[in-house]
Amino acid sequence: MDKIVAQYSRSAHQNEFYSEQEQQDLTESLPPLSLKFALPPVDNSSAFLRAMTDDHANPSCPIKLAHGTTTLAFRFQGGIIVCTDSRATAGNWIASQTVKKVIPVSRLSRGEDKATNDPTPGLLGTMAGGAADCQYWLRYLSQQCTLHEIRHKRRITVAAASKILANLTYAYKGYGLSMGTMLAGVTPQEGPALYYIDSDGTRLPGNLFCVGSGQTFAYGVLDANYRYDLSEQEALDLGRRAILAAMHRDAYSGGFINCYHVKEEGWVHHGFDDMNPIFWKTKLDRGEFSNVTSEL
Amino acid sequence: MGSPFDINGGACVAMVGKDCVAIACDLRLGMQALTISNNFPKIFNYAPSTYLGLTGLATDVNTVSDLFRYKVNMYRLREERHIAPQTLANLVSSSLYEKRFGPFFVSPVLAGINQTTGKPFICGFDSIGCIDFAKDFIVSGTASDQLFGTCEGLWEPDLGPEDLFETISQALLSAVDRDALSGWGAQVYIIEKDKVTQRLLKGRQD
Repeated sequence: MDKIVAQYSRSAHQNEFYSEQEQQDLTESLPPLSLKFALPPVDNSSAFLRAMTDDHANPSCPIKLAHGTTTLAFRFQGGIIVCTDSRATAGNWIASQTVKKVIPVSRLSRGEDKATNDPTPGLLGTMAGGAADCQYWLRYLSQQCTLHEIRHKRRITVAAASKILANLTYAYKGYGLSMGTMLAGVTPQEGPALYYIDSDGTRLPGNLFCVGSGQTFAYGVLDANYRYDLSEQEALDLGRRAILAAMHRDAYSGGFINCYHVKEEGWVHHGFDDMNPIFWKTKLDRGEFSNVTSEL
Repeated sequence: MGSPFDINGGACVAMVGKDCVAIACDLRLGMQALTISNNFPKIFNYAPSTYLGLTGLATDVNTVSDLFRYKVNMYRLREERHIAPQTLANLVSSSLYEKRFGPFFVSPVLAGINQTTGKPFICGFDSIGCIDFAKDFIVSGTASDQLFGTCEGLWEPDLGPEDLFETISQALLSAVDRDALSGWGAQVYIIEKDKVTQRLLKGRQD
């Protein structure tokens, strides 16, 4: 009898709170990848968006998005080098020459207001394609990575972080997102890891990637001179030289050369330098770029 | 594909000074995003103090510049004198209108000094020959919007040859630095009554 009473009697407020299991489920579940953005009120919104924003399918499309970039990243013996240009174009108009196309991802300290040049822990993401798409979704990824870190008490792996982004871009496939991004980081589980993710939903691990309108020019320089056992200085110089070549030949790349080195302790910034003096120095001191006229 | 005017890229500008004129162009030849050449001048000489700048489709820049070389040579043989800027302007206009229903994709800019009056003369054209006479400056090419801005900001009346050179150079370089399809160096001509100075500007190479 007592057993039966005990089975049906509960303490007064036992069910007013979430159980421990429920609490864990709530905090551990990711937000669903649902379409919570406003869409154009037309029948086929994804086709409509593509017609309005994609200038490859329709050159006279009314909404010109910021496009045109050269970004590269490669793995080598000392970690990962990440280099980008800094130009943003809308059609033929150069909207900015000072864009920061390397975005720190994850970890509470974002490195934006740090005083020292000590390595900052966390991943790096690069930005190619739509500027707003890349900025927004890498910020979203940052949020997810930080939450992961708080929940699991350890930093997210590059594989996991890249998969969050790839699942996201796949969920929005066909809605006109435009992004080609690389994620670079060094974790205890993986060592140095580099992934390419784009708006088609592609996700590829690899040693060496170039992304953007100037990618072919950068690949040309990089493939000719890349070795895995490059020294740190050689690797940084090669990254810069590949970006310089792309800035020169590609109309939609240019501005400043932005360089990062990702190593075990975190990433280190290696300068945001105007390409013009570097170009003339490369030409005059080393005899490269002999195609450029310097006298009448 | 985009407009034929925007395939190869390029920019040109002409300005009036005191007893002098200046004309300047960039040096880029591209195919859409790809830069093919950094040495493609777009200004052509037709008489000792008469120059014509041609921007637009590169194949038409070549064709039209050669066509006018032929026409101006024939004029000089017949008349036994150099062509005046005003005469060349009318020749350009009529020749472009002959292709009214299948135009050359070029936007010419003309600058010169009339040797009889000694007065500076500049004008611009659309692709089918409408003449745009101006007392201050003429712009053309893919950076024309930017050139309008820089010229409105920098140009002032009665500039001497040296000041005019500085003004046109700054106007062109600033404008092409905001245009993806032009730049990669520039060429400037300063035209005085009996002296022409040609200069090469080292522009940004991106």
